[in-house]
Amino acid sequence: MAASETAKDSALRHAFGNVLSFFILVLIGVLAFSIRLFSVIKYESVIHEFDPYFNYRVTQFLTKNGIYDFWNWFDDRTWYPLGRVIGGTVYPGLTLTAGTLWWILNSLNIPLSVETVCVFTAPIFSSIAAWATYLLTKEVKGTGAGLTAAALLAMVPSYISRSVAGSYDNEAVAIFALIFTFYLYIKTLNTGSLFYATLNSIAYFYMVCSWGGYTFIINLIPMHVLLCIVTGRYSSRLYIAYAPLVVLGTLLASLVPVVGFNAVLTSEHFASFLVFIIIHVVALAYHIKGMLSPSMFKVAVTLVVSVGLVICCAVVAVLVALVASSPTKGWSGRSLSLLDPTYASKYIPIIASVSEHQPPTWPSYFMDINVLAFLVPAGIIACFLPLSDASSFVVLYIVTSVYFSGVMVRLMLVLAPAACIMSGIALSEAFAVFTRSIKFQLPSLSGDSQVDAGNSDSGSAATTQTEAVKADKIEESAKERPSRKNKKKEKETVEKPSVKSRIEKRLLVLPLESSVIALLLLVLLGAFYVVHCVWAAAEAYSAPSIVLTSHSHDGLHVFDDFREAYAWLSHNTEVDDKVASWWDYGYQTTAMANRTVIVDNNTWNNTHIATVGTAMSSPEKAAWEIFDSLDVKYVLVVFGGLVGYPSDDINKFLWMVRIGGGVFPHIKEPDYLRDGQYRIDSQATPTMLNCLMYKLSYYRFVETDGKAFDRVRQTEIGKKHFKLTHFEEVFTTHHWMVRIYKLKPPKNRIRGKTKKSKS
Amino acid sequence: MGKSSTAKDAQALFHSLRSAYAATPTTLKIIDLYVLYAVSTALIQVGYMAIVGSFPFNSFLSGVLSCAGTAVLAVCLRIQVNKENKEFKDLPPERAFADFVLCNLVLHLVIMNFLG
Repeated sequence: MAASETAKDSALRHAFGNVLSFFILVLIGVLAFSIRLFSVIKYESVIHEFDPYFNYRVTQFLTKNGIYDFWNWFDDRTWYPLGRVIGGTVYPGLTLTAGTLWWILNSLNIPLSVETVCVFTAPIFSSIAAWATYLLTKEVKGTGAGLTAAALLAMVPSYISRSVAGSYDNEAVAIFALIFTFYLYIKTLNTGSLFYATLNSIAYFYMVCSWGGYTFIINLIPMHVLLCIVTGRYSSRLYIAYAPLVVLGTLLASLVPVVGFNAVLTSEHFASFLVFIIIHVVALAYHIKGMLSPSMFKVAVTLVVSVGLVICCAVVAVLVALVASSPTKGWSGRSLSLLDPTYASKYIPIIASVSEHQPPTWPSYFMDINVLAFLVPAGIIACFLPLSDASSFVVLYIVTSVYFSGVMVRLMLVLAPAACIMSGIALSEAFAVFTRSIKFQLPSLSGDSQVDAGNSDSGSAATTQTEAVKADKIEESAKERPSRKNKKKEKETVEKPSVKSRIEKRLLVLPLESSVIALLLLVLLGAFYVVHCVWAAAEAYSAPSIVLTSHSHDGLHVFDDFREAYAWLSHNTEVDDKVASWWDYGYQTTAMANRTVIVDNNTWNNTHIATVGTAMSSPEKAAWEIFDSLDVKYVLVVFGGLVGYPSDDINKFLWMVRIGGGVFPHIKEPDYLRDGQYRIDSQATPTMLNCLMYKLSYYRFVETDGKAFDRVRQTEIGKKHFKLTHFEEVFTTHHWMVRIYKLKPPKNRIRGKTKKSKS
Repeated sequence: MGKSSTAKDAQALFHSLRSAYAATPTTLKIIDLYVLYAVSTALIQVGYMAIVGSFPFNSFLSGVLSCAGTAVLAVCLRIQVNKENKEFKDLPPERAFADFVLCNLVLHLVIMNFLG
């Protein structure tokens, strides 16, 4: 009687727990979506930054022309005169996802524009990523930890920064793909089902389609497999989880044009092949060990080791020779700069110049993951009690992502899910201990709990009240099949487990008052986290950077100069006119102004960028000649001196000099510095005062306030009154932030020197 | 002295391996034969590439990886169907075979696409 009642009670509680989890997950999804809407509310539904404009333009092309044209698209409106093979150099995951979404909505007669779909793709996928985090953490530690981790991920500022509404970039879908791939790997590891291994490969394919960071997955998983083998945790489930993924994953990765044969030829993937071979050797060894008697096995081992060592050395020698023959040892520049942080600044100035590739400062850890920064160590400890395959994986994930986030601030984004998982586990365990302490010390409830502990068959496993306590016992059901065996065993040995569990529970009970206070403090910690996240989302990460605002005593000023300039270009120039600017503005110019550009943010051709950099650093005549050879009609510079906008071209000018000087040796950086200092005032060098960038930025600047005071550099400029000989100004925006110049046509007659033609 | 004992050990090892393997059930031996066939096909393809050159590299890659893929999947099937494997006691062999077929379908769909 009592047993059936308890069974019914537990089923009811189970159902109630499931419904509650469902509602909590729905709320987490709504939270993740709505916290990213600040930029839409404060500004408008517009696409942010630079890279998203390229993705938006590609999505527009896809929706207009269909997938075959998209796959074979050769873009001639950028990198003039080289063009760019878009089909083969873009990661198609994001655009295909948004395109599919738009197509589905339109076929359901919901007429959303492509821009709206693009703007809101990131918040939607953030909700889905939060749910994926729930699934992943549930596999590691249980439902309570899963819900906590999902709630933390929905709000973590580092993820918000790359996935606000309007930030239509690869990471918007890639982080979801990353977490989902990891979830399916852990699920395959826990269940040993080939079905989940197939799903894992397909999710990995989606990840490869979406982001270049997929190399993190294909290196982390082999590392984890190696760790499991080395720590003696090899099992056949590990083989099923790993081997199909390598074969199917490599094939699927080669299908994506931008990866192609790199999937088998570059060093980033060699780790997976090496561990593939190792796991086969280990599997064979275990299999033979199972077949033979121990003495025979020793003989086999000595024989194989002596023969195998020779073969191994030969193969390794061949491999090393192959790899060493390539100058970068087979690694791409970006991956090398991750392993050796000083590599980029020495050899590839373009990679070093991107602000996202700089190492993060210490405060940015607290800004981006806040409270999680000190919950992570607690989570790591919780993962060790007890250590399972899944929890060793999450520990490895957090350790590697902490290292990589220290190299590049952009990779803080990969750290965010790991930190949320760890903190979710830590918080869930802490709540479990405290609530259990309270429950076992309140007199009314302790009678029930004694009866529960007394219920022999499943006393230590299932029928407990709170999810938190259930989460504590999930360690026993980490492997589904053996857990059923455990329960059958417990039916036989009735007394021992219940007594042991009672003793266990007694050991982990804290005094009542401290538990209550600790619970309140934990809730307060969560409150601080929420306040910080909302503040970061609203103030720090919601700026679209194409529209700027400033608050002054007479209200809100809006600086919409960029769109003003692009609109002028699209209305007042011919369709085929070429516009030259620094590569930062390439994507925006092609997307919004619809004009051909010389270089853009893809930065795939260093020499082309160096040509533009050299032109900007040369005197007017030389610059005119370079631009004329590129068929350029208009030159665009960004100037922040009138309003104090610090990210203008004069501040970026030294990078133009460095990159240009890297290819054209007549541009030397010391020529532009006075005593090692970069100045544009009266102490500036003549080379600096005569270069094109200076002239185009400060032409007629003295007319604004009579003294030509540059608000960004906080000085008066050096050369105030000068005329342009080879360029003419055609447009300057309202706040002087974007200035457009036209190349003057060459003179009909050259006065003075006449060239005698050779007859 | 040492050499002959090594030879004797090798012979004894070979015999014990043979007798242990003869005890495995026929279904598993069929799967093992299939794995052997797949691996030998892959080796033949590699040999062919060494002679003729790797020009349509995607074809070579898809051919070799399809053989490797079916071999790996067959090994997974063998693991799941093997009655001595206690971890998969509750898995019905039909389910294991269905998973095997599904994974092979996905694999060969990708191969067909990549073959060129």
